[in-house]
Amino acid sequence: MKSVTRNRWPALLLLALMPIAAHAQTLRVGLAEDPDALDPTLARTFVGRVVFAALCDKLFDLDEKLAIIPQLAVGHEWSADNKVLTLKLRPGVTFHDGEKFDAAAVKFNIERHKTMPGSNRRGELAPVASVDVVDPMTVRLNLSAPFSPLLAQLADRAGMMVSPKAAQAAGDKFSAKPVCSGPFKYVERVAQDRIVFERFPEYWNKDAIHFDKVVYTPIPDATVRLANLKSGQLDFIERVASSDMDKLKAEKKLKTSQITEIGYQGITINIGKSDKAKQNALGRDPRVREAFELSIDRQGLAQVVMDNEATVGNQWVAPTNSYYAKSLPVPKRDIAKAKALLKAAGEPNPSFTLVTPTTSDAQRLALVVQAMTREAGFDVKIQATEFATSLNMADKGDFDAYVLAWSGRADPDGNLFSFHGCKQPLNYAGYCSAETDELLKLSRSQRDPAERKKTFEKIAAQVLAQRPVIYLYHRNWLWAYTPKLTGVRNVPDGLLRVSGLKLAP
Amino acid sequence: MFEFLVKRLATIIPTLVFVSMLIFGLQQLLPGDPAKVLAGEEQDPTVIAYLRTKLHLDEPLPVRYAYWVGGVFKGDLGESVRTQQPVLELIVQKLPVTIELALLAMLVALSIGIPSGIVSAISRGTAWDHAANVFALWGLSTPNFWLGILMILLFSVQLGWLPASGYVSPFEDLGANLASMVMPAFVLGNGIAAVLMRHTRSAMLQVMSSDYVRTARAKGLSERTVVLKHALRNALTPIITLGALELGALLSGAVLTEQVFTIPGFGKLIVDSVFNRDYSVVQGVVLVTATAYIVLNLLADLAYFLVNPRLRG
Repeated sequence: MKSVTRNRWPALLLLALMPIAAHAQTLRVGLAEDPDALDPTLARTFVGRVVFAALCDKLFDLDEKLAIIPQLAVGHEWSADNKVLTLKLRPGVTFHDGEKFDAAAVKFNIERHKTMPGSNRRGELAPVASVDVVDPMTVRLNLSAPFSPLLAQLADRAGMMVSPKAAQAAGDKFSAKPVCSGPFKYVERVAQDRIVFERFPEYWNKDAIHFDKVVYTPIPDATVRLANLKSGQLDFIERVASSDMDKLKAEKKLKTSQITEIGYQGITINIGKSDKAKQNALGRDPRVREAFELSIDRQGLAQVVMDNEATVGNQWVAPTNSYYAKSLPVPKRDIAKAKALLKAAGEPNPSFTLVTPTTSDAQRLALVVQAMTREAGFDVKIQATEFATSLNMADKGDFDAYVLAWSGRADPDGNLFSFHGCKQPLNYAGYCSAETDELLKLSRSQRDPAERKKTFEKIAAQVLAQRPVIYLYHRNWLWAYTPKLTGVRNVPDGLLRVSGLKLAP
Repeated sequence: MFEFLVKRLATIIPTLVFVSMLIFGLQQLLPGDPAKVLAGEEQDPTVIAYLRTKLHLDEPLPVRYAYWVGGVFKGDLGESVRTQQPVLELIVQKLPVTIELALLAMLVALSIGIPSGIVSAISRGTAWDHAANVFALWGLSTPNFWLGILMILLFSVQLGWLPASGYVSPFEDLGANLASMVMPAFVLGNGIAAVLMRHTRSAMLQVMSSDYVRTARAKGLSERTVVLKHALRNALTPIITLGALELGALLSGAVLTEQVFTIPGFGKLIVDSVFNRDYSVVQGVVLVTATAYIVLNLLADLAYFLVNPRLRG
């Protein structure tokens, strides 16, 4: 009898430890870059948003179909004139420092986004004139003009809420120890090495969290990132090289996800940014731009450059997006028509320089475009330029054409307004039309999706005829992860949601 | 020797001042507007204007230099505009990693390069000499990036013996630290070993044909004593110079190797900072590595005194 009891001890000990072992799990994520400042107000990079998804909850979130769903705000209501947005907040939410999340915290955060020096959210929340605390769980945003993309903005960094107490105490050093209300709280950051978060036990949706820790490791090289996943040092990697996808799918040792991005890859053409626009036929004559577009085989381009891990497109949103203007489909390659257009323009062999950043994808794209358009008579000279320099050239209008990608925003306005509105900061093409500006303004005042779609179609008709940007394709977000990981949600913004993720033992 | 030391120390300060001006001045030649790069995708004009003021970009160059040097004298190297971390903190985080990697790589290089150079010189024309030359050619012609990835695929993915990448502090877990450093140290040391081998070989060949070596042999000394005590000691002078230069280069960061093995050292930090136009980080890191170079060269000069008695007079 005695010996039986003694033999039971190890088993009992194991049983006692099992719940701890089951929870003592770490999710190890490989990132393609090192994020910038971990302060939602100042943050600028896409990769930073991947990390924020575990750290800072937002007022709203996006689902797999890009629909806006509640997060810290459980309900919203627009006024009849679309100038007041009232938000009902989630009760029982606390920040990582134990402070309560309420209407005053929302007011503080929106005002911080709008007034903090260096804030990158100021433009996104520009139409918000003031914020009123109606009651502890209700807040009212008063707008200077109707602004329908506001909900989508609040589903991104502009809607991230930080602890007012911590933010006031830290000032502009908040990113050294960010305090939010997300499922994980900040532990440490070693630049270019790791960012470590630990589970926040008081999280409002704690039942959906199945890890004790999340460790983000920036590994810029895609081959090395994949080798780390294969060797079991990571559980999940983002931005797998498109050339590795076929093999990964065939091997079936790892799970993969492909999600069409909300951004795009395109070629921006200087049509009015500077005097240089008038110095070559491409910038001067819309017929030459049309010929240029017609000489590109987008599917072939996506195949060669992206190993087919992209959806071809001709607008700022992908053809699968509900706001895509179906009346203006992707044009097919037509060399004969391109040649005819060049002849009509009196420019049978237009020559121009295509500036491209030095990333391998961008350079490959430039080379393929050069080869494709040569058949129609174009003489494209490629100028590979380091990104910071190319950005400066684009801003000064010191370019003919520029290979430029945009990471995208959930609402089409985020892919459109800053690029095609007169004198907007990202309008490198120098496109300016009073009519388009009016339509852009109108689209911001409309809330009914059907009405907005009609307005976007009108904008597309105008912009696509002038071709300040030739949209080429929408890349796939490519993820790979261990088969033990379940609950991965393929949201088109390319951010990994940690809620619901589980790692089988 | 004391006089020599004082003279050399006296040249260090003006050299550092000159280096600091050079770092600052050359950086301004980089094309592109740092405020625009740091403003991120949105390119909000108010953010760009704010960054320009914060970085003193509107001020004349000498004024900006004065701001920076003033901070350096107070021990404040500024703050990374990209990550908002103090530059000093970044350097303190990275320096031990870079030093450890540099020392381990030098250990690999010295323990392979010098013995193979000696063997190659004393066995000139034999299979040993040819083998050492083939090794040197391999070491010199193998790109670190390629070798690194192949080693990861073999030792981490296929065999699972070593971690694919990452860094563990030796104070956390010494075993894990060494496991994470083996491959990067070998990749870096491999190339340097080849250079050291070639230099050791030619220096040894030159010394071995000198009169005093013949005299030593005539005195009946053993070959071992002739080679290791008499010849090698004289042949070491150029090797020490080379070793110090290589170590200095390692301390300024091994960009590609750090990139492949995700070692958070100076190399990655400086490249990312240059591309992001994070000026204060670039300045701080270059200043530290330049100082390391100067100090290492001083130490190399002192080492000459120890190995070459003729210099002591």
